[in-house]
Amino acid sequence: MKYITGFGRFWWDFIVGDSIFLAIGAPVAFISAYLVDRSSLSSLAEVALPVIVIGTLLVSLRGGDR
Amino acid sequence: MSYGAVLVVLASFLACSVEMVEATTIVLAVGLTHGWRTAFVGTITALLALTVVVGALGRSITNINIDDLRIFVGVLLLIFGLQWMRKAILRASGLKAKHDEASIFERELRELESIPVVHAAIDWTGFVVSFKGVFLEGLEVAFIVFTFGANRGEYGLSLTGAILAVVVITAIAAVVHKPLARVPENGIKFMVGILLVAFGTFWGGEGLGVEWTLSDGTIPVLAVIYGLVAWGLVQYLKRPAAAPAAVVVEG
Repeated sequence: MKYITGFGRFWWDFIVGDSIFLAIGAPVAFISAYLVDRSSLSSLAEVALPVIVIGTLLVSLRGGDR
Repeated sequence: MSYGAVLVVLASFLACSVEMVEATTIVLAVGLTHGWRTAFVGTITALLALTVVVGALGRSITNINIDDLRIFVGVLLLIFGLQWMRKAILRASGLKAKHDEASIFERELRELESIPVVHAAIDWTGFVVSFKGVFLEGLEVAFIVFTFGANRGEYGLSLTGAILAVVVITAIAAVVHKPLARVPENGIKFMVGILLVAFGTFWGGEGLGVEWTLSDGTIPVLAVIYGLVAWGLVQYLKRPAAAPAAVVVEG
């Protein structure tokens, strides 16, 4: 059990690290860009994706994800 | 050589360099306290284990659809890159202590000196510390090399950057024989974070079907935009009034 917990903790630290917002925000950024790309605003997808990425970074810096 | 290719070599070289500097600190501390043979065997074993990880990952993804792979790679790079960028912004703005290799070395040395040395061919405590240090620091680099290589369908460029870094940092460490505190680690990590986020955005976007107007040329443009945003955030967070709102005091 100790080893399973340790293994799980290792991957949690490796992927999530200090900020859970970033671990969730990265997939959310792509899902949002995908939705924009499949909508009538598809030409905006190449702008939307970097903007969402920057937004994710801003949210993670505002704290709250200790 | 395209923009993308140059940036792949640069990103993997820089990422590997900073992780190598951190691993070198641990290996030096083990070598000085528990013997160089132990430190060397631990390092080589860890490097072999990392090679197996990259090889196994590389073989396991050969049948995955390239667009799915790009999305997966994009997500991984975004997560790692944004983590590096976030830490770098907090460090540059003074809200998080800067990474100090000299003090980490002193702490490692003190901890290792308190553990008795076993006079055998290999001192297992020293071996484990050395192996863990190199393996854990190297794992992130292994993922970067893997993701860059997997996305391009060939590992040559990302491996070149990583091997160059291993050679350069090992050579410097062998000559100076002390922790590489003068390497501007915080600045390099900032740059690597920006590059990883730029690559992650570009490749993930390609996987989703986003049409990048500038094709490969989008990557340096994204890097510049992210760099400017990061610089602006550092300036903003440096202001006394901004500090309390930003929270985050980490170890």
